[in-house]
Amino acid sequence: MNLWESIRVSLRALRANKMRSILTMLGIIIGVGAVVAMVGIGNGASASITSQIQGLGSNLLVVTPGQSNTGGVMGGSGSASTLLLSDVAKIKTAASAVKALAPAVSTRVQVVYASGNTSTSVTGTTAEYAQIRNVSLEQGRFLTQADIDDGSVRVAILGPSVVENLLGSSQADILGKVIKLNNVPFLVVGVTASQGSSGMLNNDDVIYVPLNTAQNRLIGKKNLNQIYIEAASADLMVTAQEQVTAALRRAHQLGTGQENDFTVTNQADILSTMETVTQTMTLLLGGIAGISLLVGGIGIMNIMLVSVTERTREIGIRKAMGAKGKDILLQFLIEAIVLSVLGGSIGIGLGAGGSELAGSLLKMDTSISGPSIALAFGFSALIGIIFGVFPARKAALMNPIDALRYE
Amino acid sequence: MLRLQGISKIYKVGDSEFYALRKINLEVGEADFVSIMGPSGSGKSTMMNILGCLDKPSEGEYLLDGVNVSVLTSNELAELRNRKIGFVFQGFNLLPRTTALENVELPLLYAGVKTRERRQRALEALELVGLSSRVNHRLKELSGGQQQRVAIARALVNKPKIILADEPTGNLDSQTSEEIMAILQSLHEAGSTILLVTHETDIALYTRRIIRFLDGQISGDEQIIAPHIARAHVVGEKGAAS
Ligand SMILES: Nc1ncnc2c1ncn2[C@@H]1O[C@H](COP(=O)(O)OP(=O)(O)OP(=O)(O)O)[C@@H](O)[C@H]1O
Ligand SMILES: [Mg+2]
Repeated sequence: MNLWESIRVSLRALRANKMRSILTMLGIIIGVGAVVAMVGIGNGASASITSQIQGLGSNLLVVTPGQSNTGGVMGGSGSASTLLLSDVAKIKTAASAVKALAPAVSTRVQVVYASGNTSTSVTGTTAEYAQIRNVSLEQGRFLTQADIDDGSVRVAILGPSVVENLLGSSQADILGKVIKLNNVPFLVVGVTASQGSSGMLNNDDVIYVPLNTAQNRLIGKKNLNQIYIEAASADLMVTAQEQVTAALRRAHQLGTGQENDFTVTNQADILSTMETVTQTMTLLLGGIAGISLLVGGIGIMNIMLVSVTERTREIGIRKAMGAKGKDILLQFLIEAIVLSVLGGSIGIGLGAGGSELAGSLLKMDTSISGPSIALAFGFSALIGIIFGVFPARKAALMNPIDALRYE
Repeated sequence: MLRLQGISKIYKVGDSEFYALRKINLEVGEADFVSIMGPSGSGKSTMMNILGCLDKPSEGEYLLDGVNVSVLTSNELAELRNRKIGFVFQGFNLLPRTTALENVELPLLYAGVKTRERRQRALEALELVGLSSRVNHRLKELSGGQQQRVAIARALVNKPKIILADEPTGNLDSQTSEEIMAILQSLHEAGSTILLVTHETDIALYTRRIIRFLDGQISGDEQIIAPHIARAHVVGEKGAAS
């Protein structure tokens, strides 16, 4: 019997037993699909977080109140209230490696404009913030020194996502209009350009107001959540970090042996922290995917082994009719390959579609990785072939009469 | 044609040995037509399986066409079954999920016959057993008797020299049985060597020789001087069409 005949016999056998074929394929589909989707999502999340952190600003140091052993979480405001505006002036005079500073406070507010209503985060800060954090303007202006000096002016600069959430389009005209933040009216004087960041950390979904105004009208407390600092150059990052630390220790009158009541993080720390986080996440997703793969594999195994009795009889019949061992093996091998390739392709398609969908829901790019596809595919195919061909081989070696009587 | 010398088949049941066949000596000449009778469990199927090269004897020698079968490799045995032997199983042993036609094509498939000729010959064989109208039915859509006829068509589709039929009329009414016997008689006249197992004397009387089995041994062997003639004219679409 030639190869072509063997292929036709295999296809006919698969079609004759649709249920078994579909169930076997389902195992492969689940395994491959889960791996492709999970790894795709994990990769996408890592890439988007990394690019967001790099987009935060260059040569950036962030001071947050309170002690942190983990190197600080990005932009997270410490719960302690040890950081004050007076610290900013002290750092400015003491730290020569510092080029610019921007104190910041933040809180969540309810924003109302016309019929639009949204909840977002407000950042109260100073004019330097724009330079330090790479914020550029689409329309209007950012905070000015005059706004800060005034101390109570109610102006606001909106991120494009806020405009979109309020008016349905980020292009809508809102400059010069008055919006209400927690019922306090603010004049919109600018809209920032999109920083293109997306996902969990959206730099576009934010409103900037003058520091004092935020403290007085929206928060009601004097402590700072962050001080953003730009070092004079990349080479001076470590020096700047040391100078800032020393200046703050002096400002807070900490004696030797006393721990810092603040944390200075630099961008590299944040990046490496986030990398560990995303690696852990990818590992976790990979683990889930691996379990799916295993479950799929056990499913394949199960179906193959359950059908062994019936198939042993089939093999007995074929052998009694003159099939040789290699005819039988070829038939079963081709069946397993067809199921693996078909199931694997469907799995890749569904997995890619699934990660695409998750990506669009979470607003981030996902990327499919070749090695993970190869691994998932190879594993399922291997299981399919081993458990498809191995029992067949055993049956093919039996006396036809024993195969026919097999139970 | 077929020669058994001192053939025994021993099954181990627990610690004891059970002789399903005990030192059988048998010779069947070319173009003989033999029926095998005997009570249930007397070893008839066991011997048929050995004759059909589906099973191996525990002791003794089996010569098929002068060839000692026990020295053949499993591939050579497969080829032998395919070319020389047509086997009708007591339990049919058809592929359950495929059509009558595909089942009958099976021996031709493994003989390497091309698709078109394979189909043609399978259709002819099905016509011979009166199943022309059922060729594309799946097995589960056929009655027991129809399945039996598919099994017979499959056994003769390769035009084998030897036909071994284990109770080929076991599930059939007397009229259909006669049709089957008419087919076998005509194959016999065309030169095939045929052995069939039956419990019915009526059926045995269509053959030329009756071998009787008792407890794994041959207890009788008689020639039939004037076999009954099965009437072939009843073979056709009748029974298949209903
Ligand atoms: N695999 C086996 N293991 C143990 N004993 C077996 C096995 N196969 C058959 N036997 C025994 O061998 C004996 C002969 O069986 P066989 O099938 O040849 O009987 P038979 O003459 O064809 O009977 P029937 O007319 O009912 O078909 C029986 O007693 C049976 O129990
Ligand atoms: Mg029997």
